[in-house]
Amino acid sequence: MALNGKVPAGNLTEKWTKYRATMPLVAPNNKRRLDIIVVGSGLAGAAAAASLGELGYNVKCFTFHDSPRRAHSIAAQGGINAAKNYRNDGDSTYRLFYDTIKGGDYRAREANVYRLAEVSASIIDQAVAQGVPFAREYGGLLDNRSFGGVQVSRTFYARGQTGQQLLIGAYQSLSRQISLGSVEMFNRHEMLDVVLVDGKARGIIARNLLTGELERHAAHAVVLATGGYGNVFYLSTNAMMCNVTAAWRSVRRGALMANPCFTQIHPTCIPVSGDYQSKLTLMSESLRNDGRVWVPQKQEDAAAIRSGHKNALDIPEEDRDYFLERRYPAFGNLVPRDVASRAAKIACDEGLGVAPTGLAVYLDFSAAIERYGRSKANMQGNHHADQKTIVELGERVVEEKYGNLFAMYEKITGENPYKMPMKIYPAVHYTMGGLWVDYNLETNIPGLFAAGECNFSDHGANRLGASALMQGLADGYFVLPYTIGNFLSNDIRTPKFDPNSAEFVQAEADVKGRIDQLMNAQGKQSVESFHRRLGKIMWEKCGMARNAEGLTQARRMIQELREEFYKDVFVPGSATGDYNPELEKALRVADFFEMGELMVIDALNRQESCGGHFREEYQTEEGEALRDDANYAYVAAWSYSGWDTDPVLHKEDLVFENVELKSRSYK
Amino acid sequence: MEIYFINLKLFNFVNSSTINFSTFFAMENMHLKLKIWRQGGKFAPKGEFVTYELDNVSEHMSFLEMLDVLNEKLISQREEPVAFEHDCREGICGTCSMVINGHPHGPNAGTTTCQLHMRFFKDGDTVTIEPFRAKSFPVIKDLVVDREAFDRIIQAGGFISASTGQAQDANAIPVSKELASASFDAAACIGCGACVAACPNASAMLFVSAKVSHLALLPQGKVEAKRRALAMVKQMDQEGFGNCSNITACEAECPKGISVENIARLNREYISAAFAFEEKEDKGGGAG
Repeated sequence: MALNGKVPAGNLTEKWTKYRATMPLVAPNNKRRLDIIVVGSGLAGAAAAASLGELGYNVKCFTFHDSPRRAHSIAAQGGINAAKNYRNDGDSTYRLFYDTIKGGDYRAREANVYRLAEVSASIIDQAVAQGVPFAREYGGLLDNRSFGGVQVSRTFYARGQTGQQLLIGAYQSLSRQISLGSVEMFNRHEMLDVVLVDGKARGIIARNLLTGELERHAAHAVVLATGGYGNVFYLSTNAMMCNVTAAWRSVRRGALMANPCFTQIHPTCIPVSGDYQSKLTLMSESLRNDGRVWVPQKQEDAAAIRSGHKNALDIPEEDRDYFLERRYPAFGNLVPRDVASRAAKIACDEGLGVAPTGLAVYLDFSAAIERYGRSKANMQGNHHADQKTIVELGERVVEEKYGNLFAMYEKITGENPYKMPMKIYPAVHYTMGGLWVDYNLETNIPGLFAAGECNFSDHGANRLGASALMQGLADGYFVLPYTIGNFLSNDIRTPKFDPNSAEFVQAEADVKGRIDQLMNAQGKQSVESFHRRLGKIMWEKCGMARNAEGLTQARRMIQELREEFYKDVFVPGSATGDYNPELEKALRVADFFEMGELMVIDALNRQESCGGHFREEYQTEEGEALRDDANYAYVAAWSYSGWDTDPVLHKEDLVFENVELKSRSYK
Repeated sequence: MEIYFINLKLFNFVNSSTINFSTFFAMENMHLKLKIWRQGGKFAPKGEFVTYELDNVSEHMSFLEMLDVLNEKLISQREEPVAFEHDCREGICGTCSMVINGHPHGPNAGTTTCQLHMRFFKDGDTVTIEPFRAKSFPVIKDLVVDREAFDRIIQAGGFISASTGQAQDANAIPVSKELASASFDAAACIGCGACVAACPNASAMLFVSAKVSHLALLPQGKVEAKRRALAMVKQMDQEGFGNCSNITACEAECPKGISVENIARLNREYISAAFAFEEKEDKGGGAG
């Protein structure tokens, strides 16, 4: 299959402007006749549904939550990037584009990333107009901070709850459209299949989670904004219900899954504490603005800490290794996530970990507390403040910046991070891979669009901090509402689709077959236990470091586990007439098996290291990722037709006309 | 009433098979008696308490992880697991609910159920777990309730009418740090409904007032403030929520510390709107 990214011709800086000005439009009177289904109500989904509703389309929006406001975008903490250059520190659209391309280790499409940088400023404008209470300075203007992988301050934030505030902004816009009747909202409905009519996406099969009934919904186009697949690892910072089913069922109908092995392991999460653990909690990357990452230099100190005979404060300054500052002096603690995670893993592999499990490093705020305290004391005219005063003042500044994160840390661990350094360890956080889309955010199935984390397009092999919110909202507010018109302008005379046509009936029967298979297994093991076992395989063999032998093993293990699952899973309750969360989970885990296997296949195929994909066979002498641009500067888009045949690889060559491919250095 | 005796075995650890955690736990083997509200499914349609005994509860578990363990055991005995809602498990999505020992989200201040950890319970404790109870939050099953009334209140007017693309530059209107911060404090509401569950009148005033305050405090939201207050209060009444009688249990139980000052602000907005605001329709037509 030839993959056409449909990138418009012309200069990089003019592509979007020209394209937007010349693409076919749908007139207001025709928009009223066109139906669009949006699946998902996170930043991308809510923004798209609201904007499409405002434009005059008939929108149906679906979420499996009880309310669109619950989507996992809400948990994003640190901030959102935008090339506003309000700091006067040299930021520009080009620099945001360049940082993002470089941060993604040169595995993203130039034109998409440039457009993302271009519309970023409008997102902040829109959010402020909606009432998003961003952090401000005393002069009343917006504040910024820095995030990893960049040397400017372009991150806008609302304390440590930026995702929450942006999502509520989008949710409120969506609510307004619901009240006006342009969007019909379906809460507690999960999409279980996409329906194709004459090769185009014309509807979905959704399951009403309260009654178990399967419903057929038809439309002229379908937009998926269904998030990432990090929960394939079982333990991740994703919410418990995040899943790949909507995207995966589209793959099963012919859509391509691109770069599935590109997963982001976030360096600063609260470490695993026990075997009952259900999820991992992120500590925002913004903390690395002020926190210093270190481990003891001596293995015996680390061992004493692990056994409880020493703690962080017992280790004198000269016996600490601030390994990020040492290895990457130019960026220090603010290196990108993939780099920071790998460095923490290496430290722990060397026996320097500081949690009882051996899997944790310190994130220490004492220097920042001291620095802020001294500055605050000076501001108050107290130039000879004693240490106690300095610490008190400094702690107050840190509390103002990160109070909710520190409180969250203390709630979970029972330790006070103002007094004792945080213990952190990398955890699965985000998936850069996703449905293959062209410049219009359209998959290879005409009429099926993918926005936000569920597409692959903007982050390459590694996403920079504060860029997920930017991409979700860019896609939803400022890209998709335009580009979908390209497709729909050919459909202005197409009447509404009949949800009782043969295609819909067949798709519903297929879904029912999948449900019956799981309900009828009546085995002995819970869905959760299978999910944990799958996650363990994925984390150990396809996590922070991968190699051919482990990946080959993993593929076999996943296949065996999948077979065991279908034979021996036990789903209690019934499929209809009742609310059955176990069945919901079973359907999701079934798809995680297939997705997990594809991730392993993709990781095996990509014989290079780039971004979050680190193949142990391909590294520099210093242990940094070794890219192979000659052979792997392509998007790996996979089609999947079932267990019996191997997935087929389709390549989209990445063409770099505006940046020079360099080895990514943060030293 | 049925009593189940459950003996727990810890599961195989997922991400590091070589490590034995048990030696590091201060309190590894708590025994708890759980009185849980079961409703629907094979249980009474009007609901009943069922008591479960649970062993080997670790103090490092979150409350929901403790319930996960209970459910895994129920499933292994081919019983129906306890239905409860949860998602982000980091205190921000507002999905988790339940009343624990008489308190929405449990006894700790400023904590959602998902962030409550078992170190706050003692060996031998009896823990009573019920759904949020309010006429406007009907029980769906066990601990799961329907909170869509909140969505409908937001739909009635809890927004600023700014369509995509209509915005001016974000720094065009300065907003004082104090005002932005006060607005944020109100906007921190997670829409969980604990305020309603805590209130003897099942009033939704804290929820509604937080949204009214969040938007009315900002210059961008001022324009529609009166219309918004009237519409949201009207919808709140239609949904059957009770009146506020200044008990302030809502503030005490709110996991996000939303202040009852917001209710005073809502009252001000509402009263001034009720007296002064009259929706005027533009005269139609034009010269064109």
